[in-house]
Amino acid sequence: MSEKRKIKVLVCKPGLDGHDRGAKVIARALRDAGMEVIYTGIHQTPDDIVNTVVQEDPDAVMLSILSGSHNALCPVIMDKLKEQGIDDVLVAVGGIIPDEDKPFLEKHGLMGFYGPGTDLNTIVDFVKNNLKR
Amino acid sequence: MTEFDKIKEDMEEWQNSVSDKKERQRSFRNLSDIEIQRLYTPNDIKDLNYELDLGFPGQYPYTRGAYPNMYRGQLWTMRQFAGFGTAEQTNERYKFLIEHGQTGLSVAFSLHTIYGVEATDQKALGEVGKEGVAIDTLEDMETLFDGIDLSKISTSMTINAPASILFAMYIVTAEKQGHSPEKLRGTIQNDILKEYIAQKSWIFPPEPSMRLIVDTIEYCTKYVPQWYTISISGYHIREAGSTAVQELAFTLADGFAYVEAGIERGLNVDDFAPRLSFFFNSHNNFFEEICKYRAARRIWAKRMKNKYDAKKPESMRLRFHTQTAGVSLTAQEPENNIVRVTLQGLAAVLGGTQSLHTNSFDEALCLPTEKAVKIALRSQQIIAHESGVTETVDPLAGSYYVEWLTNKMEEEAENYFEQIEELGGVIPAIRANFFQKEIANASYKYQQEVENGEKVIVAVNRFQQEEQSTIPLLKIDEEVAAEQSKKLNNIKKKRDNTKIKEELEKLQNAARGTENLMPYIIDAIRVYASIGEVINALKEVFGTYHEDSIF
Repeated sequence: MSEKRKIKVLVCKPGLDGHDRGAKVIARALRDAGMEVIYTGIHQTPDDIVNTVVQEDPDAVMLSILSGSHNALCPVIMDKLKEQGIDDVLVAVGGIIPDEDKPFLEKHGLMGFYGPGTDLNTIVDFVKNNLKR
Repeated sequence: MTEFDKIKEDMEEWQNSVSDKKERQRSFRNLSDIEIQRLYTPNDIKDLNYELDLGFPGQYPYTRGAYPNMYRGQLWTMRQFAGFGTAEQTNERYKFLIEHGQTGLSVAFSLHTIYGVEATDQKALGEVGKEGVAIDTLEDMETLFDGIDLSKISTSMTINAPASILFAMYIVTAEKQGHSPEKLRGTIQNDILKEYIAQKSWIFPPEPSMRLIVDTIEYCTKYVPQWYTISISGYHIREAGSTAVQELAFTLADGFAYVEAGIERGLNVDDFAPRLSFFFNSHNNFFEEICKYRAARRIWAKRMKNKYDAKKPESMRLRFHTQTAGVSLTAQEPENNIVRVTLQGLAAVLGGTQSLHTNSFDEALCLPTEKAVKIALRSQQIIAHESGVTETVDPLAGSYYVEWLTNKMEEEAENYFEQIEELGGVIPAIRANFFQKEIANASYKYQQEVENGEKVIVAVNRFQQEEQSTIPLLKIDEEVAAEQSKKLNNIKKKRDNTKIKEELEKLQNAARGTENLMPYIIDAIRVYASIGEVINALKEVFGTYHEDSIF
């Protein structure tokens, strides 16, 4: 990736959960850190998300889930990305993710797992340091 | 020289004498960004007119409380919001809560129920029974209240877009228990405006949504007279990141919009306004919260009387439920949340709440365990029975600070009402993303203040410890979705599907006209149409809503 191109991030709210305070705050923090940010809005199905990834070609996809549906939704999203041949995008999930669910999600290629109270700089640095391209 | 002049003079002298005293911060600001002075004196409230601005509890303008004797007469209802998994599991939790002294039920529904999609729908993937109890048909509702006498308990149902449908289920469930609708007591949240503003669980566009709400108001006014038809909610506005002033202003603006919609339908304001109730948040800044509730009562009373020409005192009397701020709970050292919740609960009580939900300390991590719920309920019982704050009505009245801040919050809310008015009212303001932008800005600002340490959150940005404390978490059974799907499929085999088709068609025809839809919804529910089926039938007529994704 050339030095000059901005890091492009897609912030998503999968599932039916409408609590998007965190997603919006993070979207804005990433934008303020100089990244190009697209926020999908709420109620995104795995297909919606994958379609947007195909269209927008982001460097990172940040999923925000607070409803407890992460174990059901995240693997589906990862599988569908793979089906599209997308494997060089950082996919992170945050929200309310219990510790014991992390190994399962890691196995499916997800990272991050940031929860309530996380410093925004931590998330900005995480994106910068974990890009796959 | 008047007394006020003398105080002013002495105050100046005192300010000078202490001007060299160092303070911890350059300025002190509450969560609404209102600057707080070092000291308040009678001068700060010299225009306060006791009779006009405060009055007596249970009397206009209700600043001092909704009822004359407040908690000396009756304590607030201790109402813990609960629901998870299947109807059977939640029914058990309700019985546990009733056994431990809870005096009202409060139903949390599964997200798929809230959005009116069936448990078997692809969109429900991962959501069934996770955040609330899974309800698809009348049968689930019957199970939910099995063994609980609906003529004896009051039930609050947190449901919005499909509120009329869940309410229909409640009416039919009670009917099957042998109770007529006029005996039923409870609330449906039924506040769609705050969904567009903050929580986002909408289905239809604003206009048909408002129609459904006015339909429930009209229906209750005739047939379910003890039911609270809307719980006009600031809670979710606050959780989405608003300030206390925004919560106050946007919630009351929504309230006035419902009043206007009722009047437009041809209802007499005094026939329905007494059954409107409110639902506020209680966040960390103690006095700010107390003043918010006092200001809310006064604003509502004044407008109902002066603008909407209400005559009955009950139409002017604002009553509210409070829940402590979920957003304030920390995942770090979660036990500290017990203290936060107690202070927030105390603020709600000092502000004169009619019912209270205290959050459980583990809710930044999971749905609450039984132990955590019990501690939360116990916190309320300690406030009620041990602290002594219930012994007199509105004990903080007359505090220079409290009265000044109450005035200030009213003034700032009035500024917002003007801005909303200029945009053409609540719905045009929603369409212009006014509320959404205001909230997003406030929430980002707050987060930045936390990041730079201006706002201290104990164990999050100050006094952190390396080692994380761990607590037991409640796990929701992943089998719930499969079980719920099985139940739904079974009922679809058992019921008379020709009848379902007929009832849904009748509902659609009525929806195309202007009739009240409640009787049609009740008829469809009675023959076991699912919530998803009723919603889809209405979607075909009403369409759906999409918002701009601003941040």
